Amino acid sequence: MTTQTTAPETPGTPAAAAQTGLIGIPPQIARALATGGGVLTIISAFMSWTWTAKFPGDLTVYGYPGGLQVLVLIGGALTTLFALAGYGVKGLRHLVPAGGDGALRFAALAAFTTAWYAVLAISTELGGVVNLDPGGYLVAIGTLAAFIGALALPFEHPQPDPIDPDDSAWEQFKNKASHQWETIKTAFTAGSPGPVGKLPAFVEILIIAAVLALGLLVFTYGIGTEYDELFVGFLITAGFSFAALNKSGLVAQVSEITARHQTITVFGAFIAAALFPFTQTDDQYATIGVYILIFATVALGLNIVVGLAGLLDLGYVAFLGVGAYAAALVSGSPSSPFDVHFPFWAAVLVGAAASLTFGVLIGAPTLRLRGDYLAIVTLGFGEIFRITANNLDGTSGPDLTNGSNGISSIPNLNILGWDLGAPHDILGFTIGRFANYFLLMLVITAIVVLVFRRSGDSRIGRAWVAIREDETAALAMGINGFRVKLIAFAVGASLAGLAGTVQAHVTYTVTPEQYQFAGPIPPNSAFLLAAVVLGGMGTIGGPLIGASLLYLIPNKLQFLGDYQLFAFGVALILLMRFRPEGLIPNRRRQLEFHEEAEAPTVLSKAGA
Amino acid sequence: MTTDTTTQGSTPGATAPGQVVLDARGVTMRFGGLTAVRNVNLTVNSGEIVGLIGPNGAGKTTFFNCLTGLYIPTEGEVRYKDKVLPPKSFKVTAAGIARTFQNIRLFANMTVLENVLVGRHTRTKEGFWSAVLRGPGFHRAEKASRARAMELLQFVGLDAKADHLARNLPYGEQRKLEIARALASEPGLLLLDEPTAGMNPQETRATEELVFAIRDMGIAVLVIEHDMRFIFNLCDRVAVLVQGEKLVEGDSATVQGDERVIAAYLGEPFENAPGAEEVAQVEAAEAHADAPTDAAPGKENDR
Repeated sequence: MTTQTTAPETPGTPAAAAQTGLIGIPPQIARALATGGGVLTIISAFMSWTWTAKFPGDLTVYGYPGGLQVLVLIGGALTTLFALAGYGVKGLRHLVPAGGDGALRFAALAAFTTAWYAVLAISTELGGVVNLDPGGYLVAIGTLAAFIGALALPFEHPQPDPIDPDDSAWEQFKNKASHQWETIKTAFTAGSPGPVGKLPAFVEILIIAAVLALGLLVFTYGIGTEYDELFVGFLITAGFSFAALNKSGLVAQVSEITARHQTITVFGAFIAAALFPFTQTDDQYATIGVYILIFATVALGLNIVVGLAGLLDLGYVAFLGVGAYAAALVSGSPSSPFDVHFPFWAAVLVGAAASLTFGVLIGAPTLRLRGDYLAIVTLGFGEIFRITANNLDGTSGPDLTNGSNGISSIPNLNILGWDLGAPHDILGFTIGRFANYFLLMLVITAIVVLVFRRSGDSRIGRAWVAIREDETAALAMGINGFRVKLIAFAVGASLAGLAGTVQAHVTYTVTPEQYQFAGPIPPNSAFLLAAVVLGGMGTIGGPLIGASLLYLIPNKLQFLGDYQLFAFGVALILLMRFRPEGLIPNRRRQLEFHEEAEAPTVLSKAGA
Repeated sequence: MTTDTTTQGSTPGATAPGQVVLDARGVTMRFGGLTAVRNVNLTVNSGEIVGLIGPNGAGKTTFFNCLTGLYIPTEGEVRYKDKVLPPKSFKVTAAGIARTFQNIRLFANMTVLENVLVGRHTRTKEGFWSAVLRGPGFHRAEKASRARAMELLQFVGLDAKADHLARNLPYGEQRKLEIARALASEPGLLLLDEPTAGMNPQETRATEELVFAIRDMGIAVLVIEHDMRFIFNLCDRVAVLVQGEKLVEGDSATVQGDERVIAAYLGEPFENAPGAEEVAQVEAAEAHADAPTDAAPGKENDR
């Protein structure tokens, strides 16, 4: 990359707060280049990129963008909009409350990376650049021009650290390198937007509805991507476009609006989620939907234990297993040793109660431990559950779980005459088996969200956070630490058990191997914890997003194959380095990890 | 889990003046072979501010921890309002003894208001189900708790910063918040562990006022402090702890005038009262001392 910075040649002289870009082009030309590049990108998205339909998505048609072209079109449109907003075009100012240049850079980056990924994928898969049509060349040039233009836009450079002449050459090199890195980072930052003016309530609610609809659209698109290239393109575009919207200040403004109407937002989010099966024509993606939802719900339950109470539980999936086994045993399955068929409500109660009991039994002896020790012991108990379930097969132990074969042929649920196993027609939409279970699971998710929200903001929730923050001080404030932690553990366990009762019916079969510590298929304990950490501890949205990503990425990117866990590890390390608070940070944790940036005066005296 | 709060009047822990609030008898604390506190007796009456001083390592904080249930005394017993203290620190707080910490231990990532609300934990009862179901009792209790917490924040002068994160407060205000949080548990006795450590004179003055105001609420105060001016201005009685044992106890004048106290802090004087003779001796010795150290540079290595 051509990162020509304006670092002073002579050490010691402070840089005049130079308003230049990363690339030496006059600002007017740079802006024109960015705008022109954006427009060119839009045009090229309507052209043919390749001559053959062998590349998935059929990019050969003029006038009708398909597959990756749609994604590039979105990137190009965003680039153009943000670039025009930079000219001060009336009406577009509202798009960039925090200044448009940072947003423009990310939008151009989104278009650039997606387009070049597409072009490179076409060239490699079809064997050479000869397979590109004019549209393909045009989109490469257009996005490159827009990206260069965006990089060349002026911004305020950070001051370099003065170089100590006594430093060794290596030290000086490090100093320079860190300054260049700072400069690049500054190029992609943006100011903070002012507060949103109070709009009429119905307008704000309309905005929330629009945002939720957009969220549903993005999720549906992502879940419905049919080939690897499109999903990769989707991830690139979605990631950078979100960054662009974030830098433009729109995300901050929307979250301010949603904060004003929290209840409406939560309800709206559930309505949007409930609409998901109606966007599907068959059950293919509803299957993914319901598995994501199970995974996300359990992750959210874990978030009470880990995010609020700070108890690192590495065996959490066992509680899901206890709930699933309990529901399977009373489901009337032929391989269950009990010849009973409980109605669903009773099965749910049995599942939750079984998990609760198991949680208290495990929690009572282990919660006297702190930190790492607790993590190791819970990890052990999780494995004990799996191995015990494997051995209760009638030969190594009493016949309860049918050993490694598990409890199979679990009948479909029938709630109030509504057979969840059969497709139904509602308003002309066909709701298949998995869509039925999706809607049922959504109810469970709603319960978990309700419990999380309400218990988090109450006496018991504050006690959990206090224990997490400083256990000694919490005890000195009169909090019965053991009792409060045990409640967190038991609540988390029963919520997982609740999800387990539905999971048993969705999967038909419950086997011990579904509940491992780590494995390629979520949910397992390691992935559950990863979903919480990735999404953001202590938040509701975090585990939901984290679980969706962690389920979708391995599911969609089949080519990763054996490298899936490796890629996942690398991604987690990168995330922990650059965004330790998770994708959706809790307000508290964000301050915790970025204290130097946002709380400059704190505790400066304490060290004295 | 019932939904019932026991929010009483503004100073619920207050007792009639003159009554014994805290009675520590023969408290001894041993850690293995080390006796950190030996046979200490101390009483605190209601409406009193009692100071506990002593040089570093005298066992003040250990004694404090014995009073708050963090340690269980090896021998002796501590009574609060004629009841022997339970051996768990959260039960001690529930009984009515609140404390602050020598090194501030706020819940750094909670807001100022939330910190005080955590302090109200023992005086409220709503449990998990009440929080999930949110009956009218829950809302009533929560509202009362918040009102009481805001009152306390106003009392220490932090009401304007209720929504700030505790970690973002300046040092002096963190100390105040810790006191407000302790007061939220409606104690009859407040234990302050070096409340003015690291403060400038103005802040120390303000803290003094605050402690007087707390006393006026009817709460007895026991304070550990190194700042002698602060202690002697503030306290009705001062106890001096030296090497784990109580040396003297009495009002400011008694303690200040006691030779043993001065000795404990500054060291023993020479055997006979140091007169001009001894001073001259010392000076001569010092003057002499410079010369031989240079003369025998390798001496220390020889040993």
